[in-house]
Amino acid sequence: MAIVLDKSHRWRVLAAHAFLIALAALVIFPFLMILSISLRPGNFAAGSLIPETISFEHWKLALGLSYTAPDGRLVKPDFPVLLWLWNSVKVASLTAAITLTLSTTASYAFARMKFRGKRTALSALMLMQMFPAVLALVAIFAIFDRIGSVFPFFGIDSHASLLLAYSGGIALHVWTIKGYYDTIPVEIEEAAKVDGATPWQAFRLVLLPMAVPILMVVFLLAFIGAIIEYPVASILLHEEAKLTLAVGSKLFLYDQKYLWGDFAAAAILSGLPITVVFILAQKWMISGLTAGGIKG
Amino acid sequence: MNLRLRPGPALLALVLVGALYVVAMVYAAGQTLLAATMLAITALALWVYSSAKTYAWRYLFPGIAAALVFVVFPMVYTVAIGFTNYSSRNLLEFPRATQYFLDETFHGDGPAYAFTLHADGPEFRLRLEDADAGKAWVSGRLALATTTPLEIKLAPEDPAQAPLAEPVQLKTVIAKQKHLQALTLLLPESSAKLVMTGLRQFGAAQPLYQRNPDGSLVNQQTNAVLRPNMTSGFYETEAGERLQPGFQVGVGFANYQRIFTDTAFREPFVRIFVWTVVFSALTVFFGAALGMFLAVLFNWDALRFKGLYRTLLFLPYAVPGFISILVFKGLFNNNFGEINLILDALFGIKPAWFSDPTLAKVMLLIVNVWLGYPYMMVICSGLIKAIPADLYEASAVAGAGPLTNFWRITLPLILTPLTPLLISAFAFNFNNFVLISLLTGGRPDFLDTSVPAGTTDLLVSYTYRIAFQDSGQQFGLAAAISTVIFAMVAAISLVQMRFTKISRDESR
Repeated sequence: MAIVLDKSHRWRVLAAHAFLIALAALVIFPFLMILSISLRPGNFAAGSLIPETISFEHWKLALGLSYTAPDGRLVKPDFPVLLWLWNSVKVASLTAAITLTLSTTASYAFARMKFRGKRTALSALMLMQMFPAVLALVAIFAIFDRIGSVFPFFGIDSHASLLLAYSGGIALHVWTIKGYYDTIPVEIEEAAKVDGATPWQAFRLVLLPMAVPILMVVFLLAFIGAIIEYPVASILLHEEAKLTLAVGSKLFLYDQKYLWGDFAAAAILSGLPITVVFILAQKWMISGLTAGGIKG
Repeated sequence: MNLRLRPGPALLALVLVGALYVVAMVYAAGQTLLAATMLAITALALWVYSSAKTYAWRYLFPGIAAALVFVVFPMVYTVAIGFTNYSSRNLLEFPRATQYFLDETFHGDGPAYAFTLHADGPEFRLRLEDADAGKAWVSGRLALATTTPLEIKLAPEDPAQAPLAEPVQLKTVIAKQKHLQALTLLLPESSAKLVMTGLRQFGAAQPLYQRNPDGSLVNQQTNAVLRPNMTSGFYETEAGERLQPGFQVGVGFANYQRIFTDTAFREPFVRIFVWTVVFSALTVFFGAALGMFLAVLFNWDALRFKGLYRTLLFLPYAVPGFISILVFKGLFNNNFGEINLILDALFGIKPAWFSDPTLAKVMLLIVNVWLGYPYMMVICSGLIKAIPADLYEASAVAGAGPLTNFWRITLPLILTPLTPLLISAFAFNFNNFVLISLLTGGRPDFLDTSVPAGTTDLLVSYTYRIAFQDSGQQFGLAAAISTVIFAMVAAISLVQMRFTKISRDESR
């Protein structure tokens, strides 16, 4: 755009930069602070942003190692952070795999087949999305309490219960995958069918290989969705060794036992990988996000 | 036909047999409802995978079944629980509560036997004696180390064998009392079950309650009659005294009556509802305003380093919410939070973010806007990119400034497609349980309500408190409140769909 620039234009640019720098500083401040806190000795010590003495005690504790305090005490980790991280990764990967399996097959039927009630089923899935699981916590607790009295493996305090509870959350993913299938020309599958492929073979051997990018996006979305899920996990898991990160992390910050430094190290240790996964996948995800998803 | 090509029916039959076995097990364990649900799903699966008409549903079934069982059913079940008195005091179902009473025993007036305990190496042997009949029985060697119930058969004392050691002192018996109380002794020639009735004697245990054909229970010790009261959910004596444990019964609209007519409940409920609406509306407003402003800035050609700013400003969205919320919880801490240290150094003030209701609300809004604006930024950027550039060129020719451009071109054009997204953001924050639960936990609490309720509680976190925290696990009441929230969310969804339709029609 060729527009005559007046003098106020330069000031506006400067003001915009000043505002953006200030805002970016405000946004980054908590992250820098938490890094600094994780390197400071002690859980209460206050100090400048750049710590005067660097201590790795919180990092050792977060990694499950003990360390010797200056006064000779052996300090042991209060919480099994790595175990929680493992629990989270385990539950989230399995959830993502289950979600992906259930939603790819369902979206295939929605995208390629004619059957009665298709439109209704699709809108019902969209509507389900509006009612978060947090509204049904009482029922979820009661259901798994009952299941657990017969099958302890799927009861309260088991990771299997969490997998089951998460497995129904396919609504958004079905829509995303269906949208992608719709962009793939149906002629390729029809050619395969002419050559004698069953619908299952056309799906498994022709359509799926072409849909790998969206499958990866959905896997990552489901993975992140499960790893940051808090309400359902908080009522289904109680035993310390079973907790996921989302439930366990808050134990660091009880008023009676305030482990600020230890929390900082644990937060970076567990938050960084998730954030990196999210940012790397971001350019793929933008399309999924604008389709109406909201981060929890 | 080649068998290898038809693994379907065999597999189906195998799965079916397995499923029926599991259903039978669940039914045998007394979970009728669960068994019925599983049976229905199995039957449906059998139909879907065997009928040719339902071919499409073979692909849909697993996903839809999971969604129905673990998403839709819990919601329906929540509504159903809202009509019961399910709570920590009425936890069991009726048959289980009845069984609890029938399992209770007392030490009746049957024969009592003198009891002595004898050391045998590190272990012990029990000896019972019926002095009148001149008989005695002894047990095998017992470790007496657990408290799990155990049935022990005694044998008549055999004079030919080596005699028992001297009886142990009473203090050893007292030390072993809790292990001895776990024992039930059986004598060879009687059917009586003997339990410890005193430090020196064992006696017959009898069931405390006997069930009458009309369902009432008779206390064998006092002859008092207990009747199940199907409105209160308790076994009650004739005087109306309620006995624990209670059981679940339907209570109709009693929970709703409590929410809407009982002042103790209505007052906090209304206050929390108002705050929920204010919180969601303000969050969406500030988040959308900031996000839109940034999106407009990033659409400005004269601005450099846009990529860097955008990446930095996107970060709050990429970091897992539960971590950033907890980071803020620490940073805002009244006494040693870094924010107060800085404010103290600069202005000499230490706001009590967690104990002052207004400041706590302000803090929640700050944190939530921090968490939420990047989403709005991304959405608005996308919408602004779709605005044709010639509109701005025309307005530049007409001499319009940036403010005119924004109010006359940008905002009107993005507002229609943005509205449905704003409404879903509103609905999301309406139920933003994670933020409240991790940051303030609803505190500080109201001081003037009889029911624990927090000034920063949203309806969902209030429900969570009633169900799982400090109000005695009142699941029924919590489910009723959840049902009310369902209705509100449904209303919001209707409005949202309205606006989505408008936005779609306009873009056509």
